[in-house]
Amino acid sequence: MLKDITFGQYFETRSPIHKADPRVKMVLLILAVVFIFLSQNILSLTLSFLFVMGVALASKVPLKMYFKNLKAILPIIILTTVINMFYGSKESAVLLSLWKLTITYDGLYRAFFMSLRIVLLIVVSSSLTYTTTPNDLTDAIESLLSPLKFIGLKNAVHTLALMMTIALRFIPTLVEEAQKIMNAQKARGADLESGNLKERIKALIPILIPLLISSVRRAYELAEAMECRCYNGGEGKTRMKQLKVSAVDFYLCGFTAVFCTGIILFNIFF
Amino acid sequence: MDNIIEIKNVTYEYTDADQTYKAVENVSFSIERGSFTVILGHNGSGKSTLAKMLNGLFKPTSGDVLVDSINTKAEETEIEVKRKVGMVFQNPDNQLVASIVEEDVAFGPENLGLEPCLIRQRVDEALKSVGMYEFKDSTPHHLSGGQKQRIAIAGIIAMEPECIILDEPTAMLDPVGRKEIIETLHKLNKEKNITVVLITHYMEEAENADRVMVMNDGVIIDDNTPREIFKNVSQLKAVGLSVPQTTELLYALKQNGFNVSTDVLSEEETAKAIALCLEEK
Repeated sequence: MLKDITFGQYFETRSPIHKADPRVKMVLLILAVVFIFLSQNILSLTLSFLFVMGVALASKVPLKMYFKNLKAILPIIILTTVINMFYGSKESAVLLSLWKLTITYDGLYRAFFMSLRIVLLIVVSSSLTYTTTPNDLTDAIESLLSPLKFIGLKNAVHTLALMMTIALRFIPTLVEEAQKIMNAQKARGADLESGNLKERIKALIPILIPLLISSVRRAYELAEAMECRCYNGGEGKTRMKQLKVSAVDFYLCGFTAVFCTGIILFNIFF
Repeated sequence: MDNIIEIKNVTYEYTDADQTYKAVENVSFSIERGSFTVILGHNGSGKSTLAKMLNGLFKPTSGDVLVDSINTKAEETEIEVKRKVGMVFQNPDNQLVASIVEEDVAFGPENLGLEPCLIRQRVDEALKSVGMYEFKDSTPHHLSGGQKQRIAIAGIIAMEPECIILDEPTAMLDPVGRKEIIETLHKLNKEKNITVVLITHYMEEAENADRVMVMNDGVIIDDNTPREIFKNVSQLKAVGLSVPQTTELLYALKQNGFNVSTDVLSEEETAKAIALCLEEK
């Protein structure tokens, strides 16, 4: 079971968004997040809602997958709603008054506004992670950060990308190894499931130490293997897979541009 | 003779707890281009250390290792040496860098700074030559040990080396995986004329080699064709190697007074030798 763990949340549906360039998707996500935060009135928020729904539907990822992500941050949404309820404008009509706390209509409106914003942010970010493999995300980050090499951070960008690649590669291996060690310790009578928190943490030590030691050994062997494959710190390295911008990316950009312009216009004129 | 690797009076010392040990002591030999050589030795015989010196990963304490006439001690030609002599290790999990098969195979050629289209071509070709082309989009951790090891070999082949050193590539594999690897190596040796140096402690894997060297306590104690090496069962046993069952059987028969020939390698030859002995009776 644990062997099938995948890092990230990629969900294959072969939608046009899946095929889009990960760099474009990443930049557009950042833009969308900024503009969702900029929506100040009910009209622009409605536009944001329509935009996010459009993206989510276009990704062909089942909506319940998005709800799954929302469920994970439900406490944050509730907390934001509750806090905002008490911070309405003092001039607004009072809906409810409890001891020193008052809930105004304005507060209610704000609470709704803030929580909807958060929901939209989560959905739009999920649409990136559902449609892009971790490997593509790594490539996109490397490519987007590449201008940093002009300010003398050439190796930093390459090293960061390599670190992410290796981490993605070794997560399943280490999970498998942890499982093996746990089974070995259980076979010797280790009790991992009962006891209070302190006892359980203590029981984890005989698992973490062998795992750490073996990771260090793996790292050493991997370094030797990389050296044998002519790795010399990324100097003059090329890439087999070149990221390419296609027609889908232009449509996505256009769609986002319309959304951003809409938000600006609604904010100014209403 | 055209030699890809020449090693001359090589000694390798290491220090552990203030004591100096010699892992390899005054060893000299050369590897002919296009040959298939097996170095046999039990654990701790110095064979892995020797292997790591053949592509400059370890530098000899004294003596010289020449790869295509380049001394591995020279810093500036280090990459050049590693490109000519590739190396595959024991644990396939610790050699793969990327989480997609074809991206992992591309790692070597990418480091060499080749054009993207040329890398693509080499990756496809390397994966085909080890019979893993249909798995190019898979994730390594979903594959078997033998398959992962073949990908590790493809990763080396994609750099188009002249020679591959394999340091116990089958030690962590099941019999099926072991067979896959040995067959792949013979195929690469014949079809692509890649020089193979296989380091192992399984004698069976030496059967079809051109040449076998037996290593013990840091020195080469025998260097001959597999047929001659396999005859000398008592010596092999003395250095802690497990002899193939067929050889063991004939050896036991001979010791018990049967007139069988011990000049055999494969199971088939063993059967013939026993049949011949029975006919004589």
